[in-house]
Amino acid sequence: MRILVVEDDKDVGGFVVRGLKEAGHVVEHADNGRDGLFLAASETFDAVVLDRMLPGGIDGLRLVETLRAQKNSVPVMILSALADVDERVRGLKAGGDDYLTKPFAFAELLARVEALGRRSKGEGPLTKLVVEDLELDLLSRQVKRAGQKIDLQPREFRLLEYLMRHAGQVVTRTMLLEGVWDYHFDPQTNVIDVHVSRLRQKVDKPFPIPLIQTVRNAGYMLRAESP
Amino acid sequence: MTQSSVLSEHFPAVADPRPVGGMNRGLLHSAGVRFAVIYAVLLALSAAALALFLWWATAGLLDRQTEASIQADAQSLSERFAAGGLPALGLTIEDRLTQDVEDDAIYLLIDPAQERLAGNLARWPQTVTQTGAWYELPIERAGMRSLALVQSYNLPGGFRLLIGRDVHVRARLRSLLTDALLWAVLVVVVMASVGALVVRSLFRHTLASVSATATAIAAGDFAQRVQLSGRGDEFDQLAETINDMLDRMARLMEGVREVSNAIAHDLRTPITRARARLEDAGLHAETVPDLRAAIERATADLDGIVAVFQALLRIAEIEAGSRRSAFAQIDLAPLVADVAELYGAVAEEKGITLSVSAPTHLPVYGDRDLIQQALANLVDNAVKFSPAGGAVRLSTSVTAAGVDIVVADQGPGIPVADRARATERFYRGEIARNTPGSGLGLALVQAVAQLHGGNLRLEAAEPGLAAILSLPGYDEPSLPG
Repeated sequence: MRILVVEDDKDVGGFVVRGLKEAGHVVEHADNGRDGLFLAASETFDAVVLDRMLPGGIDGLRLVETLRAQKNSVPVMILSALADVDERVRGLKAGGDDYLTKPFAFAELLARVEALGRRSKGEGPLTKLVVEDLELDLLSRQVKRAGQKIDLQPREFRLLEYLMRHAGQVVTRTMLLEGVWDYHFDPQTNVIDVHVSRLRQKVDKPFPIPLIQTVRNAGYMLRAESP
Repeated sequence: MTQSSVLSEHFPAVADPRPVGGMNRGLLHSAGVRFAVIYAVLLALSAAALALFLWWATAGLLDRQTEASIQADAQSLSERFAAGGLPALGLTIEDRLTQDVEDDAIYLLIDPAQERLAGNLARWPQTVTQTGAWYELPIERAGMRSLALVQSYNLPGGFRLLIGRDVHVRARLRSLLTDALLWAVLVVVVMASVGALVVRSLFRHTLASVSATATAIAAGDFAQRVQLSGRGDEFDQLAETINDMLDRMARLMEGVREVSNAIAHDLRTPITRARARLEDAGLHAETVPDLRAAIERATADLDGIVAVFQALLRIAEIEAGSRRSAFAQIDLAPLVADVAELYGAVAEEKGITLSVSAPTHLPVYGDRDLIQQALANLVDNAVKFSPAGGAVRLSTSVTAAGVDIVVADQGPGIPVADRARATERFYRGEIARNTPGSGLGLALVQAVAQLHGGNLRLEAAEPGLAAILSLPGYDEPSLPG
C-alpha cells in the first residue's frame, strides 16, 4: 500500500514511517499541514495517517475538510492526543474514516491503516465470503467448512464475518469490540479472547488446519498458514 | 495536558481574582444610590399627588360652591324680573341684602347712565365688561376693602345687574391651605432625602456581607460564607443560594485535590515499576531476548498507566456534564442483552452462571455509550469478584421513576463501612487489592448515574454485593444542576 504520514513530531513520525515500511508499505512523510495537503491532493495514496495538531497553518481537521471538499475520498486515519468523545466525533465529522488516540500501540495503528486501505478498494456488495475451505454465506447466514455445516450463534457469526472480511490482515481486540459489539471503550477483562477461543472451538478444532491465528501483542488474523 | 485543561475549565472564576465589591465606584454607578433616588422621587411624586387632590377637594370645592350659589341667585332674580319688571327686581335685591345673615352677598343694579338703582356697591367696577365671565376683584363695601367673585348680566333697556359674593374669608382660607400644602411638600422632600440615605445604607449593609465574602474568596480564603440575617427574606435566600454554590464549588475542588493526590500516589507505583524495569534492563540485561522482554513489560506497564489516565479523563468529562447533548430516548433492553452476551462467555469460562431477567422494553432517557459502559463495568466487577461456581444475577425492572438495573454477585461483597467510599476514584477494598483493576470502575458508574439524574446504590446480596443503578425514564428528562 502507498501511505502518506502527516506527523510533525520527529520521534512519533519516524517510528510510524519505519514501522509501516517494515510492514512492506511505500510511505511518504510530511511534517507540516501545508506539505501534507499538497502531497495528499497531488498524488494518489491508499491511506493517510494524519496528526490532528500540525504546524504550517493547516491543522489535521482543515486538511481532511479540504480534501473532502475536493472530492478526494482517500481513507484518512486521524491520530490525536485529544481523546474526548466529542473530539473523536469532530474528527469523524470532518471527514476522517478512523480516529486513533495517542499514545497508541503500533500494531493497532498498522492493523487499522491496513483495514482502511483494504476498504478503499471497494469491492461491490458481497454475498459470500470464502477463505480456504471456509465459506460464509451472508444471505442464508450459513457457515460451512470443507462442505460441513457449522452452527454459530448470531454474535459468533458476526465475529467470523468480521475476521473473514479482514482475512490476511491483523485485527486488534479494539477493532473487534468496535466492529462486532459496537463498544467504544475498553473492558478491563479480556472478553474478546474468550469469544474468539469459543469461535475457534467450532471453526478450527474439528479441522486439521487452524485458520484463526493469534498475533502476539496485536490481535488476531484469519489465514491458512501459520504466521 | 488535557487533564489540566479539563480541570481549569471548571474553575475559571477562581483563577480570575477580579474585585467583586465595586462599592466605591462613581455615585451614578452605585445601585444603592440609584435605589435611593428612585425611592425619593417616588415618595415626592406621591406626596405631590396627595397635596393636589387635597387642594382640589377643599379650596376648589369652596370656589365651586360660591359659583353655584351666584348662578342660583341669578336664576331666581331673572325669574323675579320676568314676573315683576325692574321695580320688583330692585325690591328683591334690597330684601335679600337685609336678610343676608352671612353678610357676603353683593348686588348692583344700574341704569344705562351707570346710576345705581339698587345694591350694596357704590359703583360699577371698571374691569367688569363682559357678561357670563367670572371676575375676582377687590371691592370697597361699607368702608371696608374686600375681595369678591362676581358675574354681570345684561337686562333689557341697557340695565345691567352684577351678582357676586364676598370671598375675602374664603380666599384667606385658600391661601392658608396652599401654604400648608407647600410646606408639607417641602417636609416630604426633606423626609424623602433622609429616607433615600437610609435606603442606600441599608442596601449597602445588606450587600456588604456578600461583597466581603466574595472578596475573601477571590483572595483565596475558600472557607468564607455569606452571613445570614436570619429573617428568611429575599436577601437571605440569595445568600443561601450563593452559599450552596460555594459549597458545591468547594466539594468539586476537594474532588480535584483528591484526584490529584490519587494520581500522584496511584500512578507513581506503576511508573516506578516501568522505570525500574527499563533501567534494570539497560544496566543488567545480558541478551537481546532479555532486553526485549523487559521493554515489553515496561510497555505494558505504560499502557496500564495510559488506561488509568483515559478512565480518569472520561470520568472528568462525564462529571463536567458536557455529554448531556448526546442524550436521547433509548431502549436499554438490547444493551442489557449485549452486555450479558459479551460477559456470558467469560463467566462460563470461570464456571460462573450469569442469569439475565429483563422486560422486553426498558425506556431510558440518556447517553447510550455511557450507559453501556456503566453496565459493562458493573458486570465486569461482578464476574471478576465471583468465586468459581458462583452466580451473577443481572435483573432489570421498570419503576415509577425510570429503570432499575441490579447486578448481584456472590463474591466477598463490600463491608458496610466502606460502601460509601467504594465509588470514589482509586478506592480498592481489602479483597480487591489482589485482583487486577484500577479502582475507577464504580467511580465511572457513579458519574454516569449522576449525569443522568439517577443514582448508584450498593447493598448486601447475602452473600455478595448487589449494585443497583437507577436511571430516569422517558417522561422526565431530568437535568440535575
